[in-house]
Amino acid sequence: MDLTILIISLAKIAVVLTVLFTCVAYVVWLERKVAGRIQNRWGPHRTGPFGLLQPAADFLKALFKEDFTPAQVQRPIYFLAPFLAMTLALMSIAVIPFGENVTIAGRTIFFEITDLNIGLLYIFAVTSLGVYGIALAGWSSGSKYSLMGGLRSSAQMISYELGLGFAVVGVLILSGTLSLRGIVNAQSGFWFGIIPKWYIWPQFVGFLVYLTAAFAETNRTPFDLPEAEGELVGGFHTEYSSLKFAMFFTAEYTNMITVACLATLLFFGGWMAPLPWAWVQHVPALVLLGMAALMTRTALRTYRLERRKSYFAVPGLAGIVGLIGLAFLHPVFAAVAAPMFWFASKVFVFLFLYIWVRWSVPRFRYDQLMHLGWKVLLPVAAANILITGLVVAL
Amino acid sequence: MDKVLFLIFAGIAVGAAANLLRSRHPIHSALSLIGVMGALAVLYLLLGAEFIAAVQVIVYAGAIMVLFVFTIMLLNAGAEVPTSGSMLARYLGIPLLALLLLQLVRLLLGQYPPDQASSFGTFVGPTEKIGRLLFTQYLLPFEVTSVLILVAVMGAVVLAGRKP
Repeated sequence: MDLTILIISLAKIAVVLTVLFTCVAYVVWLERKVAGRIQNRWGPHRTGPFGLLQPAADFLKALFKEDFTPAQVQRPIYFLAPFLAMTLALMSIAVIPFGENVTIAGRTIFFEITDLNIGLLYIFAVTSLGVYGIALAGWSSGSKYSLMGGLRSSAQMISYELGLGFAVVGVLILSGTLSLRGIVNAQSGFWFGIIPKWYIWPQFVGFLVYLTAAFAETNRTPFDLPEAEGELVGGFHTEYSSLKFAMFFTAEYTNMITVACLATLLFFGGWMAPLPWAWVQHVPALVLLGMAALMTRTALRTYRLERRKSYFAVPGLAGIVGLIGLAFLHPVFAAVAAPMFWFASKVFVFLFLYIWVRWSVPRFRYDQLMHLGWKVLLPVAAANILITGLVVAL
Repeated sequence: MDKVLFLIFAGIAVGAAANLLRSRHPIHSALSLIGVMGALAVLYLLLGAEFIAAVQVIVYAGAIMVLFVFTIMLLNAGAEVPTSGSMLARYLGIPLLALLLLQLVRLLLGQYPPDQASSFGTFVGPTEKIGRLLFTQYLLPFEVTSVLILVAVMGAVVLAGRKP
């Protein structure tokens, strides 16, 4: 094996994992912040500017908590389960392309860890294994609440995996490839010079089924029955504490990010810009500079009102955001980073949607969940496949 | 590199299979079976059949074994108590097993001489090609299998819906 390829791959894995962990940390922060605003309170705001250091504080807290192991657990599996959950969640990020390939100085840079021909199937394979982490955790804890949570989650994930798989088939029929990069490239161009040729338009039904099934697959509200706190204490992770609990937590948010990335790639044209005109390439710079200006304004205002020195951290943050915004004005940087900007923005919208739904919609009852999965989503997805196939054949 | 990987994953598959038989607890057996299937998927991948590898994981490890584990959890099956076993099994088991393995090796070597053995990356079959074959050359077995599964599903529904 070529040594340079090995080194480049390792470097890429390191970079992607670092970015992923940072994203997970700040999705948790975003969740708490948005939850706070939806419930008419502030959310974390004491650790750092806007509570931005909260993830670090949370991590330290998890680290220093007592790692308690109940007496009745099934030994090896109880320790294996959180590792399984987190490893499988992290594995699926390997095939997700973040941006367009660019060639700089004769060397093509690929914006993903690896481009498999069967990228989509790989993700389905890894997510279908993800249920073991939860099921085994529930079983090995030796507690009835955990067992109930594990059972529910196995049943739920088997049921909704079918819907998830069926929802995607329509996209596959249209694009004719299983490679995620291929699927995104098939969505380039515009109808009538303005509507982007994203699969959300021809596959709207498929998208709705995908979105619903994705909520269930990631155990998020309204389908978070495996950890319904009102009836099951903490569900499958009741008996886990300290870092082992943090691993389940990381796995859940990583899965959320993966599913959001996949929705972006399959239905929203991945890293493609949403509008055809030339000035769209300046949008990233404008957005980032605007954010920097807003942050500076908040910082100055808060300082004038409260004289709190801690808010001097904010102009520093605003400076970093502003510098990135200025870098976008340089054509080479923009060519590399603009696709990633669009990709990140779309993923952010999905993550926000997840959080929004979680704090707005009540939980389903278990029989309603099964009814929705088997008797609504599956037939609708199957009909969608039939109609798409028919239209493509004609 | 390929040979090393093959030996590692073949070893894992055989080890997990042995553990499947040795384990007293159903869950441990089920987990070993998942290990066997995962190792087999990697072996398919080494041969270049990435689609088969992915399907192996999705269908066997990801769906069928989840149902196994689910059922074991639902019934809350405990560890099995070992029986004393028959004298025949105790004394003749391992020699007979060795004999069977030897026969298998001899048969396979006769059927596929080493120079004809498939090497790594032989089956570079894109998904499209597999799909085409499935719906043209192998259409009848494919459809018969799906009818069979449909019948099995109907049978399960009838059995589950029967009033006692």
